[in-house]
Amino acid sequence: MKFRTLLLAGAASAMMTSGALAIDLTVVSWGGAYQDSQKNAYTDPYMKENPDVNFIWESASNEAVAKLRAMNEAGNLTWDLVDVVAADAIRLCDEGLAEEIDHDEVLAAAPDGTPASDDFGDLIISDCYIPQIVYSTTFGYRTDVDAWNGREPDDICDVFDLENFPGKRSLEKRPINNMEWALLCDGVAKEDVYDVLETDEGIDRALAKLGTIKDDTIWWSAGAETPQLLADSEVVIGSTYNGRLFSLIVEQDQPVKMLWDAQVFDLDGWIVPAGLPDDRKAAVMEFLKYATDTQRLADQAKYISYGPARASSAPLVGKHAELGIDMAPHMPTDPANATNTFLYNYEWWADYRDDLDAKFQAWLTQ
Amino acid sequence: MSALPAYASTGQRVWHYSFRTICGLIFFFLIFPILVILPLSFNAQDFFTFTREMLAFDPAGYSFKHYEDFFTNPDWQQAMRNSFAIAPVATILATAFGTLAAIGLSQAHVPYRSVIMAILISPMIVPLIISAAGMYFFYSRIGLQGTYVGVVLAHAALGTPFVIITVTATLVGFDRSLVRAAASLGANPVTTFFKVQMPLIIPGVVSGALFAFITSFDEVVVVLFLGSAGQKTLPWQMFTGLREQISPTILAVASLMVAISIVLLTVLEFLRRRSERLRGLSPS
Amino acid sequence: MTIQTHADETNGTPEVLTTADGKPLKTSIARALRREKMRALLLIAPLLLFVIITFVAPIVDMLFRSVENQIVSTTLPRTVVELDSWDGTTGEAPGENVFNALHFDMTVAVERKNHTQLGTRLNYEESGISSMFRRTGRRVDDFGEIYADQFIDLNSAWEAPATWVSLMASPDWIAEQAAWVADRDAARANGTAFEQPEPAFAIREGVAEALPRTADIYQAFAEFIQTEDQDSPTEEEPWNAVYTGLHDDLLANPNAASAFSGETATLLSQAANAVSGFEKISLREAFIDADEDWGNPYYWGVIQTFSPSYTSGYFLAAADAELTPQGIQMKPEDEQIYLYLFWRTLLLSVTITFSCLLLGYPIAFLLAALPARSANLLMILVLLPFWTSLLVRTSAWKVLLQQQGVINDFLVWTGLVSDAGRLVMINNQTGTIIAMTHILLPFMILPLYSVMKTISPSYVRAAKSLGATDWTAFWRVYFPQTVPGIGAGAILVFILAIGYYITPELVGGTDGIFISNRIAYHISTSLNWGLAAALGVILLLAVMLLFYVYDKIVGIDNVKLG
Repeated sequence: MKFRTLLLAGAASAMMTSGALAIDLTVVSWGGAYQDSQKNAYTDPYMKENPDVNFIWESASNEAVAKLRAMNEAGNLTWDLVDVVAADAIRLCDEGLAEEIDHDEVLAAAPDGTPASDDFGDLIISDCYIPQIVYSTTFGYRTDVDAWNGREPDDICDVFDLENFPGKRSLEKRPINNMEWALLCDGVAKEDVYDVLETDEGIDRALAKLGTIKDDTIWWSAGAETPQLLADSEVVIGSTYNGRLFSLIVEQDQPVKMLWDAQVFDLDGWIVPAGLPDDRKAAVMEFLKYATDTQRLADQAKYISYGPARASSAPLVGKHAELGIDMAPHMPTDPANATNTFLYNYEWWADYRDDLDAKFQAWLTQ
Repeated sequence: MSALPAYASTGQRVWHYSFRTICGLIFFFLIFPILVILPLSFNAQDFFTFTREMLAFDPAGYSFKHYEDFFTNPDWQQAMRNSFAIAPVATILATAFGTLAAIGLSQAHVPYRSVIMAILISPMIVPLIISAAGMYFFYSRIGLQGTYVGVVLAHAALGTPFVIITVTATLVGFDRSLVRAAASLGANPVTTFFKVQMPLIIPGVVSGALFAFITSFDEVVVVLFLGSAGQKTLPWQMFTGLREQISPTILAVASLMVAISIVLLTVLEFLRRRSERLRGLSPS
Repeated sequence: MTIQTHADETNGTPEVLTTADGKPLKTSIARALRREKMRALLLIAPLLLFVIITFVAPIVDMLFRSVENQIVSTTLPRTVVELDSWDGTTGEAPGENVFNALHFDMTVAVERKNHTQLGTRLNYEESGISSMFRRTGRRVDDFGEIYADQFIDLNSAWEAPATWVSLMASPDWIAEQAAWVADRDAARANGTAFEQPEPAFAIREGVAEALPRTADIYQAFAEFIQTEDQDSPTEEEPWNAVYTGLHDDLLANPNAASAFSGETATLLSQAANAVSGFEKISLREAFIDADEDWGNPYYWGVIQTFSPSYTSGYFLAAADAELTPQGIQMKPEDEQIYLYLFWRTLLLSVTITFSCLLLGYPIAFLLAALPARSANLLMILVLLPFWTSLLVRTSAWKVLLQQQGVINDFLVWTGLVSDAGRLVMINNQTGTIIAMTHILLPFMILPLYSVMKTISPSYVRAAKSLGATDWTAFWRVYFPQTVPGIGAGAILVFILAIGYYITPELVGGTDGIFISNRIAYHISTSLNWGLAAALGVILLLAVMLLFYVYDKIVGIDNVKLG
């Protein structure tokens, strides 16, 4: 019943816009398997219903803050919708580069009528942010490494253990997550990590721990790199987003396993750049309402193993679109995977990111 | 060196053949990386190395699937369209401005010639990253960042030095008395230009245009900074692909681009010979 | 033109050459020359203009950006003025006056959402300032709440925007604004578009003298409401900072009410009598409570040092130095990277140039010695890579050099290395050197070849006939003649190498990258555009110097292509 209303609403909106002029919307995301899942779940069905809207994809989310600043300075906004992580959303909102959103007005309510702001709940961490998914950054490792003599890593600190688990690693080329993991493995208690990291000694300590594996590490900047490096055996263990590893393991059937220990949860979602012309803004908002409704968020989970950000989407998560396997066991939030998780403090990072980036990059170069 | 004389000593013989071997190896180093991607682009697997089937010349090891992907994947197709929307326009701009300026520069008396030349050649000399950085900042200020016009203007600027150099080169051997002869026979300057000068500099203009085209067509640094999704060119798409995940489609694209290079090279060589013949120089 | 000779009949001075139309030849030639120059310049002008606008201007703009530093004085204008008289050597953080100014500046900046940009900017100089601004930004509006509450408790009229407008605004503006609001409301009611600009806020005469701080912050408030929000100040409750300003003014000048008349005067004198009994807040303590670093004179020293509109800070940073309140100092050892990066860029470029020379010399020698037909054929092997896209060649090397790549597979197949001991040739310096040598090799071969082509074989023959061995003839006679070619090729390759970006980015990992990669990083990731510009300027100067040398040796006009 509710489903039908939704369809009717979709059809009605399609009829309303069909008279309008065709419009190109530039959507910015992270590329790779994640972007594909967004195409499959959001834009492809939307374009079927709204043939006037055409989507241009750009995979530049890792440079979103820089590019939006440049566009703001130029007064020439070429992006219409940008997919960013929580910390970047806070930054963009703080700087006035992202549009503030009235969540209940812009977004669809849950099928049972729960307003969007309650359905998303605590995940709305900024007035500008429309969360889509909960993902985690975690490790994948190859299962066919001879030098490991049959051992398999089951602890985050095995990443730092070159003796039992020799071989190249891949880590992200930024301090976030790496610093936390390093401190955890240097004996800092989970709840103290950010307090320690606030001090100069703490930073040195984390970098010193990372220094033990620096020579054996390839540093990545795009989420698709680690899966590629693992598939090519260029590294034996590497960090990336759990959904990328899912497509590597399940869809591409590579000899790789997940190391869920101390996975770090984060959010990913949309922001609308501030200052869009009215017609584009209207088109974006229209699309956003569709793309973040309960069914669409649940649909995305058919293509990639990320948890939908709406509470009402969770029960609708089912099987993989092509392989027909259950998606639930692959979700980072599945109890079996989430025995030991690390709570990532994006507010802390929004405040300290500049400080730590400078030190981390200097350390990396030396 | 060309041929070994009959009286060469053993030492000379050894040296002669080892030198040739060394040169052979260096040529191999030059050409092998380009050739190796051709067979790999027909790989039936998603690998970047030769599979057992490929080495056994089993037809099952080869396929056109990466080419198919290139011609059906909307991202690559869009990138190709963008490349062909940007490069020709940049080429036309660069060639038109460059040819005029080269003719101006080849006049006998040009005030501040060396300063002007230095400015006009600078886009070729300044490292691309600096050009890209400067353009990124400046074009941001004037609202051209992320626009088609911005990328075209930038590429045209990068291409002009090549046009100037090639056209100037054809004018260097130009015999001024031909112009005077035409004038004394009653031709006005415009007629003289089109009937006498133009046919002689055409090869230079065309090869300059080819250089300008390839400069824009291959350029990635500036477009990475200046462009937005709407200007994503083939090299940009390749760069993203290389940095993130090397899908074998890149090898198919690379092979096609090698083919384009070969065509361009052939045209250039033909032009060079024609130009030399026209100017009465013996082909070397 | 026909030239005739005329004798000057009147003066008998030496004869002047004139042309057929009677003008002196000298003038005529000068005019012809001038015309020719003009024609040349006219032909060049379009391109010159084009290049100056599209290319030279951006470079000049980059120069400008490398020293530009207006952000501090535009974001914190009041603080910068107050801070000017603060003496950083006392070891004490500045006094209340600076914090009062900072309170206003921060209030405005937070409303305009540019305090985080300033924090980011100052963080380049001293790590830690970014978080200071961000954290304080979230709290700063609360600082004045205590005064706002007490004013409103005293008389609820202080809550009404109209009270403030009648107190602060000029009567003329009030009338104009009222008309504007009426027009807007009418348009809204009719549903028609309303584009008319608001009349710019004007302060009442005498207020700036009677209530200086209130006038200052209220003006900022009104301007913000009008320009950023496009609302009317007559409908908005002022910021808490405005109440703080009024409190301070009334405390300092209890007779301020005498400058007003009517209701506002009554209201004001009531407040003036009450303020001394208000509960107070020390803004200095409030800031330090929000982030204790505000009490640290060192951070204030940084703000003071970077108050001027232009700074050498970025260039110093590019040389691993920093401008501290105590003067120019080298950065701590663990933060020094740029000198090292410049050095590595230089070293790798020299290595690449040398490898190109080593590989290019024999090839050029062979090509110059072979008969034209076979030389042309082999030349294709040099020109094909030259014409092949840079990205194609880089992808080829990526495919070849990977651990699971063609070369390693071959080595494992031949048994030279074990499967576990595959060579690591990519994502490090080796990868950069190999790939870039390949990419730049044609630029070495071509100039070498063109020089060797002109060397007559008779010199070497003569040397040999005089008894020189092959080696002596080559080393003493042939080689010295190729030195100009070596110079030209080496400088060309070197210039191209030190500015390379794409190839190191793709195959260089972390230890095979160049200064260019760092410039790109600062543009697109760290957003430190000033430092990127400064690094770019230094690199540009190095290239220009080299190019000057190249021009002296080879001459720009002699650059040949293909």
